[in-house]
Amino acid sequence: MIFLFVGFKGFPIFQKVDLLEFLFGTNWIPSKGKFEIFPFIVGSFLVTLGALLIGTPLALATAIFLAEIAPLKAKKIIRPAVELLAGIPSVIYGFFGIVILVPIVSKIFGGSGFSLATGWIVLAIMILPTITTISEDAISSVPKGFKMSSMALGATHWQTIWKIILPAASQGIITAIILGLGRAVGETMAVLMVLGNSPVIPTSLKDGVSTLTSIIALDMSYASGDHQVALFSMGLVLLLISMLLVAFVRFFSLRKRA
Amino acid sequence: MVKVTFKVQNLDFWYGTFKALENITIDISANKVTAFIGPSGCGKSTFLRCLNRMNDLIEETRIEGKIFLDGEDIYSGEVNVADLRRRVGMIFQHPNPFPMSVYENVAYGPRIHGIKDKKRLDEIVEKSLDKAALWKEVKDKLHTPALSLSGGQQQRLCIARVLAVNPEVILMDEPCSAIDPTSTQKIEDLIDELKQSYTIIIVTHNMMQAARVSDFTAFLLAENTNGPAKLIEYDSTEVIFTNPKDKRTENYITGRFG
Repeated sequence: MIFLFVGFKGFPIFQKVDLLEFLFGTNWIPSKGKFEIFPFIVGSFLVTLGALLIGTPLALATAIFLAEIAPLKAKKIIRPAVELLAGIPSVIYGFFGIVILVPIVSKIFGGSGFSLATGWIVLAIMILPTITTISEDAISSVPKGFKMSSMALGATHWQTIWKIILPAASQGIITAIILGLGRAVGETMAVLMVLGNSPVIPTSLKDGVSTLTSIIALDMSYASGDHQVALFSMGLVLLLISMLLVAFVRFFSLRKRA
Repeated sequence: MVKVTFKVQNLDFWYGTFKALENITIDISANKVTAFIGPSGCGKSTFLRCLNRMNDLIEETRIEGKIFLDGEDIYSGEVNVADLRRRVGMIFQHPNPFPMSVYENVAYGPRIHGIKDKKRLDEIVEKSLDKAALWKEVKDKLHTPALSLSGGQQQRLCIARVLAVNPEVILMDEPCSAIDPTSTQKIEDLIDELKQSYTIIIVTHNMMQAARVSDFTAFLLAENTNGPAKLIEYDSTEVIFTNPKDKRTENYITGRFG
């Protein structure tokens, strides 16, 4: 349904603009009728990838700590704290980004601070609870017998975690990462607030970026005519990208299993 | 004189505030099979787990008294617990091979103890499987998932996995309670073979099994519900089953309770 609707609303743009130019051109000048979205695709991709690269190890470390290492008391404090992170509205993350991270990033990398680097950090924190909670479930549901027999063979706890528990939980962990990925690709508000939203391909960490979502949200309120149609087709592209990502990760995880 | 492998002195054991074992003193002979019998839940498995410090993995447990393995206090600060567990292997009630291939299951132990050479690993895997009387059955499917084996084969695989790390003692926690009679027969034959080279301590609530496989039998009993288990009688299996000195042992053996 959603697919059809977005497709129907967005398709007419291709009567005005060549598909390849739409996807791979770099000029986004709505006032002159130039609708080329490559910078946003790259932006979305870069922002998501960076957030995953920062967020996943952190989240996995937290999950391992919670499921395997933390004593009961620490668990009782940390787990609700992580779950709380998931409940914070994304605008608040945006505030946090603007007030705290933007000045810091500006100091370290130069520039205004509204940048790719800031977006990465904010998004990484946002996907942390998703990946952590689902991975923790996966790790906790590995049969205790695996752990016991590994330890009984004289493996240390760390060896057991690396060689037995994590591989056994890998399906669940991959699912967790896919869901985190989904959240990162689709996130709009927080990234819009900290990314700087310049419609160009970033060349360094301190550059501003736009993502498909942020441009759609920013422009939709006033866009009309072709501009609006272009936004719908960006939505379509976004939808396709997230589906491709999910399929890609699934494919890899299945192949690894076989 | 028979060599003593484990010397246990005045062992008390608590789960939180619940005292599970009281004042257990026992010498376990090398290259013999020693069986622990007693009603379900009387602390036989708890005792077994004291011998390779697997109880350390359960939170809020406490132990008093001394356990010496070849004269060395295994609860002293200098003991390397991982190495202790390598020396004192353990077979669990439910066969629990890791979710990997047959080969990888057996090679896991040697690998975590630092053996990397492929040829050496191949040798260990073959030798261990052979000693566990499984080689002939699996030599053509070393690289199939271990979980595709039958229950009895899986249990023998677990034995091979323990043999691969070259232990001195093998603890067996009701190793046959989850498998069929034919496989039980095979494992009992195997126990008979293995005692040439290893000290075997087996927990079972199948008295016939204790009578068949063991050289010595220890009878544990908690006289009050919620009270600690004590060592009631310990003697050669023949004496325990034909001429027990303690009335309670006799009652248990003859099936008057438990």
